[in-house]
Amino acid sequence: MRTAFIQELFEIAKKDPRIVLMVGDLGFGVVTPFMEHLPQQFVNAGVAEQNMTGMAAGMALSGKIVFTYSIANFPVIRPLEQIRNDVCYHNANVRIVSVGGGMAYGALGPSHHATEDIAVMRAMPNMIVVAPGDPVEARLATRALVEYQGPAYLRLGRAGEPIIHKNWPEFRLGRAIQLREGNDITLISTGGVLPEVVQAADMLQEKGFSVRVLSMHTVKPLDVEAVLSAARETKAIFTVEEHSIIGGLGSAVAEVLAEHNGPRPLFKRLGIPAKFSAEVGSQKYLRSLYQLDAPGIVKQVLDIWQMER
Amino acid sequence: MMLTSDEHAELRALAKKIRRHTIDMTHKARASHVGSSLSMVELLVVLYKKILRVDPARPDWPERDRFILSKGHGCASYYAVLAEMGFFPVEWLDTFYADGSRLPGHATHTYVPGVEISTGSLGHGLSVATGMALAAKRDNKSYRVFCMLSDGECDEGSTWEPILFAPQHHLDNLVAIVDYNKIQSLGTVKEVIDLESLAAKWRAFGWAVREIDGHDLEAVALALSSLPFEPGRPSCLIAHTVKGKGVSFMEDKLLWHYRSPQGEEYDAAIAELERKV
Repeated sequence: MRTAFIQELFEIAKKDPRIVLMVGDLGFGVVTPFMEHLPQQFVNAGVAEQNMTGMAAGMALSGKIVFTYSIANFPVIRPLEQIRNDVCYHNANVRIVSVGGGMAYGALGPSHHATEDIAVMRAMPNMIVVAPGDPVEARLATRALVEYQGPAYLRLGRAGEPIIHKNWPEFRLGRAIQLREGNDITLISTGGVLPEVVQAADMLQEKGFSVRVLSMHTVKPLDVEAVLSAARETKAIFTVEEHSIIGGLGSAVAEVLAEHNGPRPLFKRLGIPAKFSAEVGSQKYLRSLYQLDAPGIVKQVLDIWQMER
Repeated sequence: MMLTSDEHAELRALAKKIRRHTIDMTHKARASHVGSSLSMVELLVVLYKKILRVDPARPDWPERDRFILSKGHGCASYYAVLAEMGFFPVEWLDTFYADGSRLPGHATHTYVPGVEISTGSLGHGLSVATGMALAAKRDNKSYRVFCMLSDGECDEGSTWEPILFAPQHHLDNLVAIVDYNKIQSLGTVKEVIDLESLAAKWRAFGWAVREIDGHDLEAVALALSSLPFEPGRPSCLIAHTVKGKGVSFMEDKLLWHYRSPQGEEYDAAIAELERKV
């Protein structure tokens, strides 16, 4: 996803001098073409994320569209007050880009697990939260965020994610993309876990379930209509995210379901327990551990489905 | 820039007026930070009257010089200067801290013409200023960016990140002014975290530094009209000031970081200011 993002941004930036890519001394090999060909639109802030974010606000308030770029929590939680006061309060055109959402840097340990970022960014006034599900969505999100006015958080996976969308879907910020139609179960996914969710849907389909799949690439503002349609038209909703179960997609969907007056589908948040991972391992290993890989998702769905029936 | 005697008299009169507003505002609002507001009055007056290229009729004029009050808690005198400059009606100053007003207790850009950015949490302003200066360089714009810092906020690590960054990018359109009044929140700077030698620290990071008496209008005008202090380097003006300057019983007193002038103290402060030429 990071390559899709950088390539897309590079192409747009060649034509739009307002675009600035500001990195926190990270992106070796990935940002190099951008850095070499567009030096006037590139800033390496050094290992100083607070200054990076404050400067991004200053540049944005001077007419630039600034993408701050680093990995995991570094551009998000480290400079949180700069995001709140300097970026969000001034409604500045800063896009905070984090590579390695969830446990993409699994084996690097909990310092590198971005597992509360969606919750924290959702709470920031004026901030929108975008977590593409595959490289195609990452490209489309990048394009959309250039046009968008105001602060945004772009949560990317890392590298080598499979392409889920075989052609360009219609992409609008705040509008879920429906990948499968179904009327038993809805799986709502955000971020890089999408391939697992799609595979889980296929496995459930083989077991005879009719499964709707939504890629909720924008967690804030949430596509409330897509959630309510799923509540009306399917019997169970499961949210899936590589994120703490506190405050992320599951919470956002739960808030909508709790406040609406209508049919009550089964509902369960699938995510990471709200604790630090005591296990060492790759993203694949940790996903399996937390039952966020396709078999784990299927198992969690069936457990709930059968318990409630 | 040498000030003529008329200019000098005009600036002194304005400084007195700003101090009067500051006492009135913090009195009426029962607000803290009167000492922090009073220590930078001469700096603000010279900046706005003689140095900054700003137009009160067009606060968002793209070519304007930018001024950021990073020590947002000192905003009483800042609001007063903006009002006297004509950015907004002087009557607004009566509504400082008031329910439903536009002027909260830390510098705020929403609905206040002339306030470049909102501040209040220390250690933010210089980064934003640095970003603005970098944007100006990249766009070949001639505007300059001024940032007023407190001494206390030099405790913040985030203050030192742009101090490291700006010389690397030769931002000689960036000016940091430290209102070095030697008293912070819970003690003197020397007692809490001694910043000395502050000038040597900024120099070591690559800034061109000058030190002045921040209440000497002539010295302030001279320094700020010689920018950049060195081509290719950001400029730092360390202004040695007195907390609570202008009201003798407030001067150099930690108490007046917090205390709001009420009753006899308010009357005495106003009487003293009125006696001064």
